[in-house]
Amino acid sequence: MKKERLTIKDIILGLEKKSFSSVELTQFYLDQIDKKNPQINAFITVCKKEALLQAKTADKLLEKGIKKPLLGVPLAIKDIFLTKGIKTTAASKVLSDFIPVYDATVVAKLKEAGAIILGKTNMDAWAHGSSGENSDFGVTQNPWQKGFVPGGSSSGSAACVAADLAPAATGTDTGGSIRLPASFCNLVGLKPTYGRVSRYGIIAMSSSLDAIGHLTKTVYDSALLLNITAGKDKTDATTPKIDVPDYTQNLGKSIKGLKIGLPKQYFQDGLDKEVLLQTQKAIKVFQDLGANIVEIDLPHTKYALAVYYIIQPAEVSSNLARYDGIRYGLDRTYFGNEAKRRIMLGAFSLSSGYWDAYYLKAMQVRTLIKDDFENAFKKVDLILTPTSPTLPFKIGQKTKQPLQMYLSDIFTVTANLAGIPGLNLPSGFVNGLPTGIQLLGLQFSEDLLFQAGFQYEQKTNFYQKTK
Amino acid sequence: MKNKKISEQQIRHLAKLTGLSLISDEIKKFPEQFSEILDYFEILKQINTKKIKATSQVTGLENVFDPDKPTASLPIEAALKNAKSKYDNFFKVKAVLKK
Amino acid sequence: MTIFIGLEIHIELKTESKMFCRCQANHFGKKPNTQTCPVCLGLPGALPVANRKAIEYALMAGMSLDCQIAFFSKFDRKNYSYPDLPKGYQISQYDLPLCGKGEFEKVIIRRVHIEEDTGKMIHKVVNGERVSLIDFNRSGVPLLEIVTEPDIRSAKQAGDFLRKLRQNVRDLGISDADMEKGQMRCEPTVNLQIKKDGKTFYTPLAEIKNINSFKFVEKAIDYEMQRQLKEFEKDGVEKKDGNKTTRGWDEKKQETVLQREKEEAADYRYFPEPDLPPIRLSKQEIEKIKNALPESTQDKKQKIIKTYNLKDYPEKNLDILFSQKEMISLFESTAPLAMKESIKIEDVINLIVNKRVNVVKTKPEELIKTLKEKQQPSQINQSEISEIIIGTIVENSETVAEFKKGKEAVIEFLVGQVMNKTKGQADPNQARQILREKLKSA
Repeated sequence: MKKERLTIKDIILGLEKKSFSSVELTQFYLDQIDKKNPQINAFITVCKKEALLQAKTADKLLEKGIKKPLLGVPLAIKDIFLTKGIKTTAASKVLSDFIPVYDATVVAKLKEAGAIILGKTNMDAWAHGSSGENSDFGVTQNPWQKGFVPGGSSSGSAACVAADLAPAATGTDTGGSIRLPASFCNLVGLKPTYGRVSRYGIIAMSSSLDAIGHLTKTVYDSALLLNITAGKDKTDATTPKIDVPDYTQNLGKSIKGLKIGLPKQYFQDGLDKEVLLQTQKAIKVFQDLGANIVEIDLPHTKYALAVYYIIQPAEVSSNLARYDGIRYGLDRTYFGNEAKRRIMLGAFSLSSGYWDAYYLKAMQVRTLIKDDFENAFKKVDLILTPTSPTLPFKIGQKTKQPLQMYLSDIFTVTANLAGIPGLNLPSGFVNGLPTGIQLLGLQFSEDLLFQAGFQYEQKTNFYQKTK
Repeated sequence: MKNKKISEQQIRHLAKLTGLSLISDEIKKFPEQFSEILDYFEILKQINTKKIKATSQVTGLENVFDPDKPTASLPIEAALKNAKSKYDNFFKVKAVLKK
Repeated sequence: MTIFIGLEIHIELKTESKMFCRCQANHFGKKPNTQTCPVCLGLPGALPVANRKAIEYALMAGMSLDCQIAFFSKFDRKNYSYPDLPKGYQISQYDLPLCGKGEFEKVIIRRVHIEEDTGKMIHKVVNGERVSLIDFNRSGVPLLEIVTEPDIRSAKQAGDFLRKLRQNVRDLGISDADMEKGQMRCEPTVNLQIKKDGKTFYTPLAEIKNINSFKFVEKAIDYEMQRQLKEFEKDGVEKKDGNKTTRGWDEKKQETVLQREKEEAADYRYFPEPDLPPIRLSKQEIEKIKNALPESTQDKKQKIIKTYNLKDYPEKNLDILFSQKEMISLFESTAPLAMKESIKIEDVINLIVNKRVNVVKTKPEELIKTLKEKQQPSQINQSEISEIIIGTIVENSETVAEFKKGKEAVIEFLVGQVMNKTKGQADPNQARQILREKLKSA
């Protein structure tokens, strides 16, 4: 078993069978990072010492026969999650020397499950971005093709898993920041239901939109991680008291008769021909699996991007107000260009005289977008759309005008506005560049997303492709 | 020249309001960039939302409270750990005017 | 000329933990920054969770002020920058507060809502540099904000209102409301209505900050009234949208000083707090809290006045009775016994209030006994008293001499002597009268 191609499932099996130890595996990933990261720039911080120490402990526990769901499994963490004692920057100069004194709830849960933290991955600063080009610590490359963006804002997380520098990585998705990079890097990217996973200890971007998820090679791995990270958290008042099922249990079940909706608004002009082609191939796979494909209507889709870019910067402007350099970090002169733009745009939408026309209006249209999905899910079980309107683009291609870049999010922001879960699945390559489709479901329907995703994955096996 | 939705003066005011300092390039480019974005927002004028309720939260949760039981605070070293300017267990800043 | 006074009052709630985190809320006298956590320190990634008890206390306050209770209310972010505000916004309530219109002491209450307090700043010179030192122990402590309509018409009325409000929240047990400890803060807003030459004018509003006692609230209002009158007579500037000023009370100079020229109405960019679900109360919950409200001092007083027919009894004595918990409970246990023995209730109150009894230790039965003894028709007749009085005068020649010199007050000493000799049986007023007569001729 080549260590590069290992999934979490493989690793757990391998550790059990003693094919390798956690220390060996961790050392392998650290060596890979040493070798490849300079070209890809997926990591901001690599935790060499800490990771090997954790791996050593894991091996001891494994030896004793201790059972923990992720014992000895190395993972990468997006640098927006606070990690106690380990520098956390959100890829911004403002926090370039910030060492948290507490762990994010998700980090604590992963550690409790026995996971090893390899390092903190690069991202668009403050999660402001769709390409990975906004980092104060350098651009991240798409491992599939140099010179191309890996997608953002979870750029480093996507790149490191795609380049086999880690079997999986955590991410956040506020307007597509997990799903888009997953689609650009041939990965499974999960944006859970809003509130399914705790936001405590994760640097807030847009509080009513931020969803906490992860990028993996396979659907099974994604389900496994959600088993660990999901659940009500006392310290996050927006996590409902809904049980966490075993998300891996339904994967093998057939999806015959499953009703999948195709919203016509996602298949109109503005969608790259090649992306449309790959999406249609994916639709055929679902048909072959026995699903019923239905055309549906999400009439308020065209307003979604405007609604998103009013609400998100408004919440950003407030969430970034605490960075005044007094209690931690550097002062506000260290904010980058995109951050300043969003903070000011947000303040504008909230300021008196404009509040009604922008912020209130956006909140009202948000209701309509949410209702669109509720109505659609009365007719279908899941919704399928392309994740990105374009193929992965070149570095520098969309950085001339901010709006150009914002348009990358047109298919992904709707799920955040409605608070519903979305799963990106690889849908094949075009000229060596990955594409992805997303499945959307009702709130707390992740198990159905995984089930459909797994069946599709078994038929397509895109995750097995190597460069 | 396109009709600018937002002036340089407004940009400066927003920067002041949010405690940001702009470099000259930003002062030059922001009015146009903001105007383009605000133009994009015009699409929302197409819908009548008079009778539509605003959505500010998607969880539908209500009444989430903690009982009034105190727990341990951060040790003072942890609280002050990342501060660049301290004095005598206080955070220190240049003298500010009264609120 | 009419003065319009509205009050904005903040009261620190006496919960154990803070409003949005579980750090200890009692911060007075604690070492700086020893009661903080990621939430109240505004660290990256921290999230608030509301304190249930603080909400209950706020509802109790609103109910005691006869406020409409909102079945649905929410938290909002009030965005502004200041070093003592760690998140760069304060979690407060904007358009849907917990409590709406109410009334207290004949003043209309506009609203009552709940919010979090800021940290504390001390201004100092350190190593030759003027600095501000910040302590976040107070950051996140629950605050009640009460806003009145401008119904108050005098400084004294404002002071009385505040004193009664303080007693009210103390009775409820929701705050110690000690102004010296900053547990109760008041910012009056003042303006005048002036009638001149058949026209009516209104002076611009002035909000006065930095007042730390009820006495100074009254003084600041009085000063401001005079100042506004003089200023209007000088420049005739009238109240207009946007010309409200903020003034600070200068304790040393005993005057209000302008703090900001044109109050650039701070744009707080309020929006609903995304991290906290809203509050929805049911009728039953509201009833439950209402029924559990401890009786207010006012209500108790009125009840006692009614029950024991004390309409004509001096209210001043009742106020003294109600100033001490022990006095009230002694009274409450004694009153029914007094009724049985046909002892006047006024006498019971007098006895307790005159401080001649140890209210903590004395049992109701002992009080009854003392009162009964007093009621006994005097065992001493006129001639016996006269004899004792003459004897007292003779035995206390020095005191008599002082009295004759003009020190009238010393007669009380002689009265005391007479009372001792008669074992309290004599009527002190009668004794005093007879003493005076005899001393005149002595």
